[in-house]
Amino acid sequence: MARLIIMGGGVSGHTAATFAKKYLGKKHEVIVVTPNSKWNWIPSNIWVGVGEMTSDEVTFPLAPVYKKAGIDYRQAKAVSIHPEGKSDSDDAYITIEYTSEDKAGESEELTYDYLINATGPKLNFGATPGLGEGTNLGNHTVSVCTADHATHANLELKSCIEKMKNGERQTFLIGTGHGMCTCQGAAFEYIFNIEKTLTDAGVRDMADIKWISNESFLGDFGMGGIHFSMGGYATSSKIFSESLYAERGLDWIIGAHVNKVEAGIAHYELLDGSMGSQEFDFAMLIPPFAGVGLKAYAKDGSDITDTIFAPNGFMKVDANYGAGAYENWSASDWPSTLQNPTYSNMFAVGIAFAPPHPISKPMTTPNGTMIVPTPPRTGMPSAMMGKAVTLSICDMILNGTTEPTHTANMSQMGAACVASAGKGLFTGTAAAMTVYPIVPDFEKYPGVGRDMNGTTGELGLAAHWVKHILHHIFIWKAKLKPGWTLIPE
Amino acid sequence: MAEKHLGHIEPYSAQFGTMIPMGGQKFFRTCVLWQLVRFVAINIRMTILILKSHH
Ligand SMILES: Cc1cc2nc3c(=O)[nH]c(=O)nc-3n(C[C@H](O)[C@H](O)[C@H](O)COP(=O)(O)OP(=O)(O)OC[C@H]3O[C@@H](n4cnc5c(N)ncnc54)[C@H](O)[C@@H]3O)c2cc1C
Repeated sequence: MARLIIMGGGVSGHTAATFAKKYLGKKHEVIVVTPNSKWNWIPSNIWVGVGEMTSDEVTFPLAPVYKKAGIDYRQAKAVSIHPEGKSDSDDAYITIEYTSEDKAGESEELTYDYLINATGPKLNFGATPGLGEGTNLGNHTVSVCTADHATHANLELKSCIEKMKNGERQTFLIGTGHGMCTCQGAAFEYIFNIEKTLTDAGVRDMADIKWISNESFLGDFGMGGIHFSMGGYATSSKIFSESLYAERGLDWIIGAHVNKVEAGIAHYELLDGSMGSQEFDFAMLIPPFAGVGLKAYAKDGSDITDTIFAPNGFMKVDANYGAGAYENWSASDWPSTLQNPTYSNMFAVGIAFAPPHPISKPMTTPNGTMIVPTPPRTGMPSAMMGKAVTLSICDMILNGTTEPTHTANMSQMGAACVASAGKGLFTGTAAAMTVYPIVPDFEKYPGVGRDMNGTTGELGLAAHWVKHILHHIFIWKAKLKPGWTLIPE
Repeated sequence: MAEKHLGHIEPYSAQFGTMIPMGGQKFFRTCVLWQLVRFVAINIRMTILILKSHH
C-alpha cells in the first residue's frame, strides 16, 4: 500500500486529493494536511467584499467531503519535510501541527511515499510596514484574500457608504501593497465591484476611486500584458484596461511600490524614483505572496531548506532557475512535470511551486528598488497542475512508471479568466478572457507571444453570467457531487 | 451632440488618452438578447481553450 500526502487543501491540493482517491481507490492511502476547516472558492470572495454574497456561500466544511471520499483529513499545518527519513529510519516523513480545536498545537510525524506541496501563498502583509504583521492584516487597510477578510472589508465599505450618504466625500484606494505583488486580477475585480456598489447605492458622485499597482502599465496583470483578438485588432490589455478605468471614472497610479502604510495614507515609490503619498478612507491592497515557510531536513538533521525551496519559500521543481536576465528568458524555462529535482517523489503545484522568473519584465527604480509583478498562478492552471501531478503519481503507484507521465506547463497551456466588473443578473458585467499560452512564447508566436486565435477578451453581461455559473459549478465539483469528474478544471 | 458617456473625462488626463465606449457599445454590453449570443460564444471559446490545454 502506498501513501500520498497532500499538503494544502485549497484549489490545487483539493483537486489533487480528490482525483488521487478516485484513481487509487481503497488500496492506497491519500492524506490531506491543511490548516483550514473549510474550503473556500476564493474568486467569489470579491462578492463577499461588497456584500453580494456571504462567507457561508463561498465556503463549505471539508471534513464531510473527505469522509465521504475516503480521504484521511488532518486539520493541521505542515511544518517540515524530511525526505530522507531520520537516523533510525529511511522512511520519508513530514511533521505537522494540528490546528483543529480538539488537537490544537499537537504535533505528529506522517510518513509518505509521495508528497505534493499545494500550500499556496503566505499572505506576506508584514513585507510592507503598516500593511500588517507577518501574515496578519493590519488595521489601516482591508483585504479580500480570505472569506473572513472579505466579510470585514464589506463592513468597512458599508460604513463608508453611510458616511457618503451623510455628505462626507470618501477616497478609495485599491491595488497592490508592495512592488513585488501578484494577483492584480483580484484587485482589478474589487475596484470595479466597489464602483458598481457605490453606483447602485447612489453615492458614486461622492467617491474618488483610485487604482495603485506595481504594474509598469495598466493591464500588465503580471503576465507582461496580453494582446486580445478584438474587433479585427490585436488589442493590448493596456488599452482594454485603460478604457474600462476611464469609462468608469477611475484614476490610476502604476509602477508603484507601496513602501509604507499609515492610518489613511499610503506612501509609495514610482519607477522613475519619485516618491508620493495617497490619502484614503478605504484601502484594499493585496499583500505580496511568499512560500508558507516549510523547512526541510536531511537524514542527519541538517537544514536542507535551501536545496528544496527557492529563497522566496516556494518549492523548486523542474524549471530552469538559471535563466538570468530578461533577455535570456524563454518559454522552455517553465516547469512541466512539477517534480522536485532532488527528491523525485516530491512535487509542487499551484502557487506553491517556485516559478523560474517573473513573466513581466523586471524594472528597477533609480534608487535600486525592484518593481515587478510576480507571476500569477490562477485557479485553472493551479487545478490543472494538481490533476496532472496526481495522474503522474497514480501511474507511478499503479503501473510502476519511474518518470512523471503527465505535464502541466504554463507556457503550453491556456487560462480562462473571468474578471467580475460588478454583480447583477441584468446589470452585472465581467471581462471574459482566454489566454493561450499563459506564459508568452515569443519563439512560437513572434511579436505578442501568444496565439491570437486563442487569446480573446470581451466585457459584458454574458461574462458575468459565466462567472456566476462557475461559482456554483466549482463548489459543486469541490463537494464531489454527482458528475464532479466531468467538470473541467 | 453632447455625449453623456464622455462628460467625466478631463482633457489631458491619463483617461483622455484611451478609447472610451459610447452609447451603442455600452448598450450591447447589457443587452440580454445579444449577451445570450455572447454567452454561447464565450462558452465555445473556453471549451476550445480547455481542450487545447489538457495534455
Ligand atoms: C481575492 C482573490 C480572487 C481571485 N480570483 C480569481 C479568479 O477569479 N480566477 C482565478 O482563476 N483565480 C483567482 N484567484 C487566484 C486563485 O485563488 C489561486 O490561483 C488559487 O487559489 C491557487 O491555488 P493553490 O491551491 O495554489 O492555493 P490555495 O487555494 O490558496 O490553497 C492553499 C492551501 O494550503 C493551505 N496551507 C497553507 N499553509 C499550509 C501548511 N503549512 N501546511 C498545509 N497546508 C497549508 C491553505 O490553508 C490553503 O488551504 C484569486 C485569488 C484571490 C486572493
